Amino acid sequence: MLQDKDRIFTNLYGFDDWALPGARRRGDWDNTKALLEKGRDWIVDEVKASGLRGRGGAGFSTGLKWSFMPKTSDGRPHYLVVNADESEPGTCKDREILRNDPHKLVEGCLVAGFAMGAHVAYIYVRGEFIFERKRLQAAVDQAYEAGLLGDNACGSGWKFDVYVHHGAGAYICGEETALLESLEGKKGQPRLKPPFPANMGLYGCPSTVNNVESIAVAPAILRRGAAWFMGFGRPNNSGTKVFCISGHVNNPCNVEEAMSIPMRELIEKHAGGVRGGWDNLLAVIPGGASVPMIPKSICDTVLMDFDALKDVRSGLGTAAVIVMDKSTDLIKAIARLSAFYKHESCGQCTPCREGTGWMWRVMERLVTGDAEVAEIDMLLDVSTRIEGHTICALGDAAAWPIQGLIRHFRPMLEERILNNRVGRTGRIAAE
Amino acid sequence: MSVRRLCADQPASFAFSPENLDWCAKEIKKYPEGRQASAVIALLWRGQEQNGGWVTEPMIRVVGDMLAMPYIRVLEVATFYTMFNLAPRGKYLLQVCKTTPCWLRGSDEVTAVVKNRLGVEQRQVTKDGLFSWIEVECLGGCCNAPVIQVNEDYYEDLDAAKTGALLDQLARGEQPKIGSQTGRRSSEPAAGLTTLTSVAGGER
Repeated sequence: MLQDKDRIFTNLYGFDDWALPGARRRGDWDNTKALLEKGRDWIVDEVKASGLRGRGGAGFSTGLKWSFMPKTSDGRPHYLVVNADESEPGTCKDREILRNDPHKLVEGCLVAGFAMGAHVAYIYVRGEFIFERKRLQAAVDQAYEAGLLGDNACGSGWKFDVYVHHGAGAYICGEETALLESLEGKKGQPRLKPPFPANMGLYGCPSTVNNVESIAVAPAILRRGAAWFMGFGRPNNSGTKVFCISGHVNNPCNVEEAMSIPMRELIEKHAGGVRGGWDNLLAVIPGGASVPMIPKSICDTVLMDFDALKDVRSGLGTAAVIVMDKSTDLIKAIARLSAFYKHESCGQCTPCREGTGWMWRVMERLVTGDAEVAEIDMLLDVSTRIEGHTICALGDAAAWPIQGLIRHFRPMLEERILNNRVGRTGRIAAE
Repeated sequence: MSVRRLCADQPASFAFSPENLDWCAKEIKKYPEGRQASAVIALLWRGQEQNGGWVTEPMIRVVGDMLAMPYIRVLEVATFYTMFNLAPRGKYLLQVCKTTPCWLRGSDEVTAVVKNRLGVEQRQVTKDGLFSWIEVECLGGCCNAPVIQVNEDYYEDLDAAKTGALLDQLARGEQPKIGSQTGRRSSEPAAGLTTLTSVAGGER
């Protein structure tokens, strides 16, 4: 098990002072100037070497992403944009960083911004997080006052400004190009890529969008070294990670653990185990609502990292572990997620705009069993026509939970239809 | 997607207060020259706050003029983002999270209490003007589910009884304790810390 001395977010729960004195005591802003003096390339190389993969869900190498920024400016400013639009169902880790350890993020902005030649960072906080936004703004103000940000950030000679921006209730703005659109004052509808943000991002300038956790861990990696971070988790899945454990566990909680920890150990050690014991487990959604669920038989042995979960056709996503015990109506749980995606589709691409509603309506009938057995395959087929046929991944995210349900629990769906069948004439889907 | 339209009954005008105008000017300065449209969400939000919690058509025009944006672009923003209320609401707007993590922890019971006690459907306002409620998607407090957001604040770790108590306090004009209703500090395990016991603040 990860030891406290190796934990990065030592004020995850807010028992200690969130403000600058407390942050300094925890090691933040400790000679940041020296980190910057080692140069852009060193920072990027070190983050690359640490194996840090983006903590927002997609798991792309953070250092590699930073290295895509142009080395020299062609006259256009560079921007760092931090994605604090945390709204993936099950995920509540960035909230704790924003309100309990905000200086980790602010210092991370300076370090990351410097590494990509940016003088400005915008932090996009979801609209609902009003307290968190004010707390973050207070931390930014403290940093300016202490000379850690501004015209001569940390005495490094580098001018760096951090601005807190907020949304107003749109899940889709967690998608990086939708976030950029929203930041520009438009509807949050994702852009076609290419061009990628590193070439044409915010205001048509080179930009990098990173998750809160990815940015907040960067200073710790630079101080303690890539090899230290590499020391946790399996190769290609290195580091520590904040896991959010919710649903049918005795003690739902956020916890920072080493990557590649067995799921069962994570749940039993920190969340007090599954309600009613491990054998009462039915299924787990291991990485936020958008990844397919896995049944208990897989949960018994699976490791919590990108590759292990990909191998069982699910994903680590945001590491939001949603636990469901045997009392759960799994079909209803997924139908509720379908309602979520229908509500949150931005309406830009037809397969998603129409398909999420269609899938939700069929899912609602599968909940009651008022459907034909053939409709299960029809639903699966439709889901594959949405997946991969939209500008952004929301279409995929809407399809995957349903595919996961059908993959692992088809007999449950069939049984409900057959039980409902008695005395009823059939009806074929034409939603 | 949800269909959202401005309400039929609109006031004749809207104007930011002098303090809010100052605040808006500062907000606009966060963004580069010519990119002032970036402040549209912040300005609409401030306007909504000043106007008792909803966005009006005159407000949209005022914001459009301030940011040199076509009115239709501001209207698009106001209707796209669901935290802009397009009709009057109660003094307390209860946003009840019903997405799967909250649902697994009993948001149906919480919703039933809200609905029965208030006696109104979603987006309607109670006769005393105090309450309205809506069902919302994931609020991002899943380790403290079920969660209700009342205006700015989160109320967490709810059940039916605690939701009733929360509504009682609000109705009496009291400020309920914000955050967890079971006494948790934030999202630590309720049965005691399993980590961070050897760092500052961890001894509690």
